[in-house]
Amino acid sequence: MSSPVVEVQGVSVVYPAKENTVTALDNVSLNIAEGEFISLIGPSGCGKTTLLRVIADLEQVSSGTVRVNRLTTRDARMARAYGYVFQAPALFPWRTVLANVCLPLEIHGIAREQARQTALSHLERVGLQGFEGKYPWQLSGGMQQRVSIARALGFEPKLLMMDEPFGALDEITRDRLNEQLLRLWEREKRTVVFVTHSIPEAVFLSSRIVVMSPRPGRIIEVIESGLPTDRTLDIRDTPAFAEIAHRVRVALQDGHGGDH
Amino acid sequence: MAAITDERGVWWRVGPVLTVLAIILVIWYAAAIGLNAAQVIERTLSAQPGWTAIDLARLTLNMDRPVLPAPHQIVLDLYDSIFGWPIDSPRNLLFHAAVTSSATVLGFAMGTLLGALLAVVIVHSRTLERSLFPWIIASQTVPVLAIAPIVIVILGSFGLTGLFPKSIISMYLCFFPVAVALVKGLRSPGIMELELLHTYAASRGQTFWKLRVPASLPFLFPSLRVGIAAGLVGAIVGELPTGAQAGLGARLLTGSYYGNTVQIWSALVMSALLGLALTGAVALAERLLTPGGKR
Repeated sequence: MSSPVVEVQGVSVVYPAKENTVTALDNVSLNIAEGEFISLIGPSGCGKTTLLRVIADLEQVSSGTVRVNRLTTRDARMARAYGYVFQAPALFPWRTVLANVCLPLEIHGIAREQARQTALSHLERVGLQGFEGKYPWQLSGGMQQRVSIARALGFEPKLLMMDEPFGALDEITRDRLNEQLLRLWEREKRTVVFVTHSIPEAVFLSSRIVVMSPRPGRIIEVIESGLPTDRTLDIRDTPAFAEIAHRVRVALQDGHGGDH
Repeated sequence: MAAITDERGVWWRVGPVLTVLAIILVIWYAAAIGLNAAQVIERTLSAQPGWTAIDLARLTLNMDRPVLPAPHQIVLDLYDSIFGWPIDSPRNLLFHAAVTSSATVLGFAMGTLLGALLAVVIVHSRTLERSLFPWIIASQTVPVLAIAPIVIVILGSFGLTGLFPKSIISMYLCFFPVAVALVKGLRSPGIMELELLHTYAASRGQTFWKLRVPASLPFLFPSLRVGIAAGLVGAIVGELPTGAQAGLGARLLTGSYYGNTVQIWSALVMSALLGLALTGAVALAERLLTPGGKR
């Protein structure tokens, strides 16, 4: 096996405060191999988003090391190693859908016509052909989030990081987008790190599920999925799916043991 | 949305405005009769016993130098001055409007530029923000009426007269709303938008031009409308101490020298119309320059 895309070694993130210092991450280690779909799951305050932000160089570690493609997180970011999808679409309202997807390509200095073609093909991949001339406010929440995924995929990053991208959407839209995302991953074999607090979402999407617990934020269990990669939404009715979901739930409850 | 307004028709849009206009006109005529009555009775009617209310109304609404001229007198004076004289004659109000508006537009351009420069500097440096902002605010508490003669005298000593000193006073009022609004606008992008560009490894310049500047436009345009209206006031005030040669300010001043109230009022109406035209031009520019249509 080649060297991991993401290496997290003994990482702690501590926010000092006068009264009680908050330990967002406590001695967390995790390796992510190329082509994996990793979900970080846990209750709020377990540090799953912090871990994602540390990998993306949006947050600095207090101790430990993080390497992305063997680079420091800063160098990896400067080398444009990853695409990041936020909780909200964060589209620029003054730009059309197409211009929004072109934004990272413009910043990376890609020629206008080439950027346009790339953006159009990625919009097609998330099922938004024909919407390139619309403005974000003319789109539904689910479509906006798909635009933001197309934008993150636009510069062909090997690593895609998503922070509860479907958290604000209704369940029906969420199911459809989950399936689309899975097809995308299956087809293009990018590495995905996905933050969620939904057990079915994590089990459905992931090749490995990282269960985290709060106060202090740490990894309590890593569960291999073993479900076939060409799974569809129907798999959620199978015993295999229920079994993995059960293991995740038990792990989450164990993590909460101290509190209840 | 447009379809709904269309079905309601023209009356839906102009009705309220016309109603208010009608009310104003009624009050105005009543006030003109009331305010001018004392003079008319003393000078004319006291000599003719048996005068009626109709005599009073006729005379009060058609005086040469009324305390308050009636609307139709102002309209007639405006009409006469605009169509009765060549456009380059000092008796034509359009000539004066052109003089004032050129000073306003130049001052507005300089003020917008100054305001934008200050905003950019302030947004990028906390130190400069703390050192500049108190002065910017203090500058607006100094009455422009006091600043105007000083500016004109000082610039005059360098041989600068006419348009430029007036524009400086206009600029002095223009830059403030623009600077304040742009500081707010350039700071309006949220953490998520800024972090998004951070993940793209965007430079400071790219963040500025691709995020901060477009995000500030919705803040900029309302401030430009305020700015150009303030700039017009500045230009008119700047015309008062110049010896009153040309411009709407000059018309206001000569009108009050000679007690020619009708002239004062028509200059006033003309400056109001000019203000509407200038802010209208800015609003039009806003519509043309804001992408994404109506939000």
